[in-house]
Amino acid sequence: MNLPIEAYLVVSTLLFFIGVFGFIARKNLIGILMSVELILNAVNINFVVFNRFLYPNELEGMIYSLFVIVVAAAESAVAIAIIINVYRKLKNISVESIESLRN
Amino acid sequence: MDTVKLLAPIVLALPFLMFFVLGLLGNKMKPNVAGILGTCGLSIVAIVSYFIAISYFWGFGRVGEEYSQEILFNLDWLKMSETLPGLTIKIGFLLDPISAMMLVVISTVSLMVHIYSMGYMHGEEGFQRYYAVLSLFTFAMMGLVIATNIFQMYIFWELVGVSSFLLISFYFIKPSAVAAAKKAFIVTRFADMFFLIGILILSYYTETFQFLDLTAVSGDHATLVHDRMCGEEFFGFLPAISTAMFLIFLGGAGKSAMFPFHIWLPDAMEGPTPASALIHAATMVVAGVFLVARMFPVYFFEAADVLTLIGYIGAFTSLFAAVIACVQTDIKRVLAFSTISQIAYMFVALGVSGYTSEHEACLGYTSSMWHLFTHAMFKACLFMGAGCIIHAVHSNEMSAMGNLAKKHMTITHITFLVSCLAIAGIPPFSGFFSKDEILVAAANKDTVLYVCQAFVAGLTAFYMFRLYFRIFWWNENESYKHHAPHEAPKNMTVPLIVLSIFTCFMWIEKFFPFFPDKITADRKTLDLEFDSVIAGASVLVALVGIGLAYWLYKEKNDKPDAIASKVKCLYISASHRFYIDEIYLFVTRNIIFGGICKAIAWFDRHVIDGFMDMLGWTARESASGIRDVQSGNLQKYALGYILGVIIIAFFVFCSL
Amino acid sequence: MSNLLFLSLFVAVPLVMMVILFLLPSDNKKAIRYTMAGGAAVILALAGYLTVDFLGEYNPENPDQFLFTDSAEWYSGALNIHYSVGVDGVSVAMILLSAIVVITGVFASWSIEEKTKEYFLWFLMLSIGVFGFFISIDLFTMFLFYEVALIPMYLLIGLWGSGNKEYAAMKLTLMLMGGSAFLMLGIFGIYHYSAPQGQDLTFNIIEIAKNHSMDIEEQRLFFPLTFVGFGVLGAMFPFHTWSPDGHASAPTAVSMLHAGVLMKLGGYGCFRVAMTLMPDACKEQAWIFIVLTGISVVYGAFSACVQNDLKYINAYSSVSHCGLVLFALLMMNQEAMTGAVLQMLSHGLMTALFFALIGMIYGQTHTRDIRELGGLMQVMPYLCVCYVIAGLASLGLPGLSGFVAEMKIFVGSFKHADTFHRFFVIAGCTSIVITAVYILRVVGKILFGPLYKVDKIQDTYFYVSEHNGEVHHNKLRDAVWFEKVATIGLIVSIAAIGLCPGWISNMIAGSLKFVNELFK
Repeated sequence: MNLPIEAYLVVSTLLFFIGVFGFIARKNLIGILMSVELILNAVNINFVVFNRFLYPNELEGMIYSLFVIVVAAAESAVAIAIIINVYRKLKNISVESIESLRN
Repeated sequence: MDTVKLLAPIVLALPFLMFFVLGLLGNKMKPNVAGILGTCGLSIVAIVSYFIAISYFWGFGRVGEEYSQEILFNLDWLKMSETLPGLTIKIGFLLDPISAMMLVVISTVSLMVHIYSMGYMHGEEGFQRYYAVLSLFTFAMMGLVIATNIFQMYIFWELVGVSSFLLISFYFIKPSAVAAAKKAFIVTRFADMFFLIGILILSYYTETFQFLDLTAVSGDHATLVHDRMCGEEFFGFLPAISTAMFLIFLGGAGKSAMFPFHIWLPDAMEGPTPASALIHAATMVVAGVFLVARMFPVYFFEAADVLTLIGYIGAFTSLFAAVIACVQTDIKRVLAFSTISQIAYMFVALGVSGYTSEHEACLGYTSSMWHLFTHAMFKACLFMGAGCIIHAVHSNEMSAMGNLAKKHMTITHITFLVSCLAIAGIPPFSGFFSKDEILVAAANKDTVLYVCQAFVAGLTAFYMFRLYFRIFWWNENESYKHHAPHEAPKNMTVPLIVLSIFTCFMWIEKFFPFFPDKITADRKTLDLEFDSVIAGASVLVALVGIGLAYWLYKEKNDKPDAIASKVKCLYISASHRFYIDEIYLFVTRNIIFGGICKAIAWFDRHVIDGFMDMLGWTARESASGIRDVQSGNLQKYALGYILGVIIIAFFVFCSL
Repeated sequence: MSNLLFLSLFVAVPLVMMVILFLLPSDNKKAIRYTMAGGAAVILALAGYLTVDFLGEYNPENPDQFLFTDSAEWYSGALNIHYSVGVDGVSVAMILLSAIVVITGVFASWSIEEKTKEYFLWFLMLSIGVFGFFISIDLFTMFLFYEVALIPMYLLIGLWGSGNKEYAAMKLTLMLMGGSAFLMLGIFGIYHYSAPQGQDLTFNIIEIAKNHSMDIEEQRLFFPLTFVGFGVLGAMFPFHTWSPDGHASAPTAVSMLHAGVLMKLGGYGCFRVAMTLMPDACKEQAWIFIVLTGISVVYGAFSACVQNDLKYINAYSSVSHCGLVLFALLMMNQEAMTGAVLQMLSHGLMTALFFALIGMIYGQTHTRDIRELGGLMQVMPYLCVCYVIAGLASLGLPGLSGFVAEMKIFVGSFKHADTFHRFFVIAGCTSIVITAVYILRVVGKILFGPLYKVDKIQDTYFYVSEHNGEVHHNKLRDAVWFEKVATIGLIVSIAAIGLCPGWISNMIAGSLKFVNELFK
């Protein structure tokens, strides 16, 4: 199966903008977190695709995408921990309700 | 000469010292002590002044047929310019015939007023302050007449102005006195502004303030002024000399209450009567005449047009004031308008005068100065007499008086009558001689002015005797039953007697030999001839005036009212002083205050300051406009970030 | 003693006083006040000594206008900043003025009870700025001291003021800071062109003037910046509006110091920095500023005529008088400029006296509205006589300082024979009449006339006012000793200049000899 590089990039771009839209538009913290994951995955696709098409004999792109997955996992763990705490305190996980640092 | 030089500073220093002592320590003294101290100080000044005048006229002053101009001392006060030594303000003593004469006038009247005030002001609160200001005034007036340079004159000019202000507002609790003082000060200061500008123009071209340089004459010109200023133009179209000299005259017109600056003088009568006698009758108000006389060579040779104008302004003012004086009912106001009219006479005399003493060409100048002298004496006497009357009946209004001749006020009555005869121009009283010479001078130069002045002479006789008959004849006043008028104490009557002696016997050269032959424009002696035709005519006019007054006012009747109702229009407008005060009031209150000042203040608060506030407002509003961007909302930040990236990417791609 | 140390004493003495004050307990107000009085007396003595010393050292033949010059390196690096001091006749006159106003200001603030210690600390800070400014001949330190003098004003008005004080303090500070922004640009411009190409740049005024290496094109840009920057402080139209609000809200002694000394910084700076360092542009652009300052003179006077608040009247009168200072400076000849410096002196003393008296009257009646006052001469004769004297000085009565200054200005200004200058000089002359109008309006209204809203109960006068339906009785009294000290000090100075102006006028004129050459 020999799809052209553009097809992969279109998918990753779509994924990226879906993530961006979700990050901006969602009010739910979990939703925002998931959007961030989408953005990261779009990046991962790019890493892998460019690695495959530009430097087929190297592995750096693959390795970087693994890094990103690991970091994203860690980040999700921390974020979900925060969200759970927020939920315990506010009974609510809307971004707009978190404003105690504001004033 | 040496003695005179030694004594000369006393004339200035002693009144100044008195002012300081009485001003600072007066409140710690008993009133009488302050009064006596002031009077003693002034006696010394008077003695020194007489000594200086006598030794000048009969001693060192006379060089051949001419009187010299001596500078007794001249100290640098302030250098106006480092490069032009002429532009130095000096405080000095210039002795020449007119300043010697003025020394006599001022010291005599001032001394009389000091003595008189001991009685008149007795028991007044602020007695010490009164004497302090009198000393200040005497100091300033002396400094004015002995000025060696025009700037010294301006300095003392301002000082007499302020002492006049302080004396008019002596009864400062009375709003009318305060208003009068303000008016006097502001009107004269307005005129002084022109004086100052005149000095500035003159000194710009001539580069000197010194009178001796400015008035030096050779041939047919005032040399320095002619050389430096002839043909020069001010503002590109005004002849420099005439402009400067006219502006300087305006300063004099302000102090001497010439039309249209006359409005302050009648109101100035709110001050204590002796102060009115000194300042607003005898001395300060003639400063303008003195100024023109001091600069006379410049006026005559270089600004003859201005001199003619001065004559006409004088004639108009004298007529104008005399008409008003005929209908006033406040006795001090009558005297005030009479003063304006008489000073205007002096200006007319200067206006028609020539320069040389040959063929009596400078008769106008001589008679003007002589009239200044005689007028000071009899007018001061009239004012002080009026003071005695006011003291006796406790009112300024004619309606509160009448038939006072029978009320044991003999001395007041006689001295008042003598002064009235003098001002009316009846021989042999002093006023006759001086006024007659003015009429002769006017007749020689300009018939219009002569006719006008002769008519004014008649009016003068009429309103003075209206005053006299109304006070001393007429009929008994009701109010006397409660409080019988009585003669004033001795310290008030003695000055009256002294002044009327001056008025009665001035013509006897043996006793009062100062005048008039010694005071001429070119300082040479003058042989006066008596012109019997004009003298006869003027006596006749005066007698007609007196006769009319006798017919109308010798006893209570309704003739005056009947006449007044016949010429109602003239009568009412004259008693409102031809509405000049109202015009001034309208201009100052509605146009300057209400229009200009209010508009500027509004403009400042709303436009200029509003603009500054608007700057502040704009900054604050725009800040609060953009501060919502900093919302703390993560998603908005992210949106901004993304949009930013997109825009930058767009530009980057476009530029590729 | 070296010159550096000697002149630095003017800054050091207030600094030492600040330290002493800092150490004193803040509830010991008596000690604080006497420390202040003592220190201010030391400064006055120093200023007197400096004047005598200057007159002794000064030699008319001496080509250097500055005496006692000295310099210490402060930050040489790239900027070449020095702490340089030196005085000429003009700055000696200004230092003398400041010293007199400072000591009288201390006595005028004697009755301040609230946060006395802090008040005097800021007061001293202000004096440090003022004295530092006048002794400096290095542009950078000058600017530094200028800012040091401005900042305390904000706190002094904002904390100890009255009325709409926050607004006034903010407005004043912002406008003056706005001026400083222009000024800083101007100063760095001057610095940038301070020496010919290839030589070390310098902030030293004497050297800059000597080098005169700034081209006319650059001068055209930097002269107006500098002049306007200082002009804001000199209350030049249309940048004067901070003055009425600021003065009205400031406490007594701050008004005194501000109008008396701080506004002089503006005039002094215009002359010392803008005009002498950039004479060519000054000649070219003078007409613009003559128009503006000419407007100031007449405009301020007219505005003062209809104000009802005593402090507003004096603030507008200051606009008029300070306008005359700048106006005279722009005439660019020795006579008028000498007059300008004398006018600064005279205005400083007389306005300080005015504000002191207004503060003393206000302290008792709690109103400054002239419609609410009347006949005070009967109640407090001493203060009222002083007020009349201040008024007479303000309207230029001979024998008091205002006359000398105004006459020198007018005579000097009249040397310009063209129609433009003549017109403005004559317009300026009219201000002497308008001044008389607004001064006498106040004198007639509040000092003379019958008592208004004043009750006499058993030989004591009370001012009766109504506030929110309640009737208040404020006891009225005449001056007490510290008020007398303050007013007598100022009146004696005013009369001393007015009666024998020769020595001080010659001292100033001697130092201004160079201007005739410079602006030829």
